[in-house]
Amino acid sequence: MTRNLILGAVLSSLVLLAAAVSFLWTPFDHTAMNIPAKLQTPNAQHWLGTDHFGRDLMSMIMVGARTSIAVALVAVGIGMGAGVPLGLTAAARKGSWLDEVIMRGNDLVFAFPSLVIAILITAVLGAGAINAIIAIGIFNIPVFARITRGAALSLWEREFILAARVAGKNAARISAEHILPNVTNLLIVQGTIQFSLGILAEAGLSYVGLGAQPPTPSWGRMLADAQTMVSFAPHLALVPGTAIILTVLGLNLLGDGLRDWLDPKLRMART
Amino acid sequence: MALKSFVFAAGSALALAAGGAWAKDSVTIAMQLEPPHLDPTSAAAQAIDSVVYTNIFEGLTRFMGDGSVVPGLAESWEISEDGTVYTFKLRQGVTFHDGSAMDAEDVKFSLDRARAEDSTNAQKALFDGIASVEAVDPQTVRITLAAPNGSLLFNLAWGDAVIVAPESIEGIKSNPVGTGAYTFQEWVQGDRITLARNPDYWGEQPALASATFKFISDPTAAFAAMMAEDIDAFDNFPAPENLPQFEADPRFQVLVGSTEGETILSINNKLPPFDDIRVRQAVAHAIDRQAIIDGAMFGYGTPIGTHFAPHHPAYKDLTGMSAHDPEQAKALLAEAGFPEGFETTLHLPPPSYARRGGEIIAAQLAAVGIKAEIINVEWAQWLESVFNGKSFGLTIVSHTEPMDIGIYARPEYYFQYDSKALQELMNRLTATTGPDSRTALLQDAQEMIAADYVNGYLFQLAKLGVAKAGLQGLWENAPTAAIDLTAVSWAE
Repeated sequence: MTRNLILGAVLSSLVLLAAAVSFLWTPFDHTAMNIPAKLQTPNAQHWLGTDHFGRDLMSMIMVGARTSIAVALVAVGIGMGAGVPLGLTAAARKGSWLDEVIMRGNDLVFAFPSLVIAILITAVLGAGAINAIIAIGIFNIPVFARITRGAALSLWEREFILAARVAGKNAARISAEHILPNVTNLLIVQGTIQFSLGILAEAGLSYVGLGAQPPTPSWGRMLADAQTMVSFAPHLALVPGTAIILTVLGLNLLGDGLRDWLDPKLRMART
Repeated sequence: MALKSFVFAAGSALALAAGGAWAKDSVTIAMQLEPPHLDPTSAAAQAIDSVVYTNIFEGLTRFMGDGSVVPGLAESWEISEDGTVYTFKLRQGVTFHDGSAMDAEDVKFSLDRARAEDSTNAQKALFDGIASVEAVDPQTVRITLAAPNGSLLFNLAWGDAVIVAPESIEGIKSNPVGTGAYTFQEWVQGDRITLARNPDYWGEQPALASATFKFISDPTAAFAAMMAEDIDAFDNFPAPENLPQFEADPRFQVLVGSTEGETILSINNKLPPFDDIRVRQAVAHAIDRQAIIDGAMFGYGTPIGTHFAPHHPAYKDLTGMSAHDPEQAKALLAEAGFPEGFETTLHLPPPSYARRGGEIIAAQLAAVGIKAEIINVEWAQWLESVFNGKSFGLTIVSHTEPMDIGIYARPEYYFQYDSKALQELMNRLTATTGPDSRTALLQDAQEMIAADYVNGYLFQLAKLGVAKAGLQGLWENAPTAAIDLTAVSWAE
């Protein structure tokens, strides 16, 4: 266990906890406006202050965490669900036309600046959390496809795979029974990293108004709303900004820590 | 060493620039929207009038900053006994910027063009009832009306009724040639338009030799530009939340005035369930105006209870008819058959009065059971789907044309209010010239649309001008969209 791993795990679970608790309890109703009580700085009643409509920032951050996590999680799910089978297939059919098609398709998606295309997708399909998920999810597919193929290719050269082939297993079974379990470590690490990127992307999309629509709180839109008020109410930007930073930092540390921890070579070196 | 001398040079250049500021005879005024082109007689875009009204183009009459109508290119006029013949005497020695003389033929051309069958004028209704325009002699124009029209002089003051020349009409959209105190110089698309003083102007020479209109759409950028003094003034500052900072800063002055912008929650009167007056009344009672003014406009704005500007003498305060009363709203909804409320859409264009006001209204409507799904749209989308397509439930927009209660007499207008009684009333108004009877009719109309709960009437948009401390002569109010430069100068 490294320090990174612990710190990352603590930060990430704090965010997850905040999101989970928000289903049962928030200090205030996150949509309740109280305009006379607007723009309060953090105080005993409103722990993180209030926004320009007098809504409680703490409650909004907690519910916003839910939005961010849901979007990023499903987007990673899409990426893994489509990317991993594609990568396994490409590796199993290395050098074939299928491999070519999959990998060149990946290159094509990689070649586009992801956020710009995400904006395009949401502009065409309409703004909203679901479309943000689709947009971010599509760009996760090549990441997982490539990493799976890379790892699987080296596994295909190994003796135990040769043994499985001699035993008469076909490529699909070998992929599912022998390759996949051996790339899971990598996928978990990459999944964590992609998860943090997904949270960033969701914040970016809502910042430009293409993520979850009001009144659903989202960290990116809270930042955008705070923009003209930074000069006299900096906490409006600092609160969601800090939430984004801590979450992304936590997930990255967690990813790094997990990689070190799960990597057999490094683990061997430690023991 | 080289760097040092560069810094020194830059420093002295700055000092020079600062020293020169006292003898300043130019101004840079920012506005939020860029005009699509520069022909005020063929488009509704307010940004066009902001740039060209009284600066480049003038009409027979004109608005002053206080909303009064005074002689423009017409020096004087006579009205016949029965109120149907207006004889305008034009000013002597007025020339267009290309040197050609402005005479009665130009007036006839401009008005005939504006009211023609194929005219693209955005306010054709202004010219309704004009039977003919004759050039009696080069300095005299006679306008004959089909019936008396008490607001003709007011109508002719609009930016849509300015005098243009047949010789230069081809290129008017990119190279406007008018009679005003300033000539068009340059338009850098996406950035600025520059004007220069017209040495041949018929009236008093303006104080400033040149003016630049700069387009800054982003509120944050607007704040930064103003704070850095990159611009001398902002016509209508887009972020009301920043005004207290300008007020506290001795470098700036804040000019809070009134506009003709009735900001309303427009209701699609033809779309069920809004075709039921009880539902519209419920919406009206669900709204807390003061919360919207405080939350969305940071306190700037005057509550209205009908579609009429509060600073107008004929205004009637009807806010009591739609007072904030969620209980009554719920009762009305139940009576109309929606005890559990219903779902609808709320289309919001970009200005903060709409986006922020919309969030507040959605919350207020939710409190009585109406679930309004917020759909943020850009202006182009808004025009296409809401204004032209009429596919919306609710929307928020500020109607900035002066005296525009007449839109309620147009059943095809986007909120689709179709009332024979009101249409009849507006016809009578047009035919009435006496000020007292006009006021009475206008008040009847205000009451009628308030009692029919056509739309949710929110507040009169304030004009929030910000300028450097020494700049004087800017309009405080906005009786029409205009940045009138003729009286603007720097204090000594």
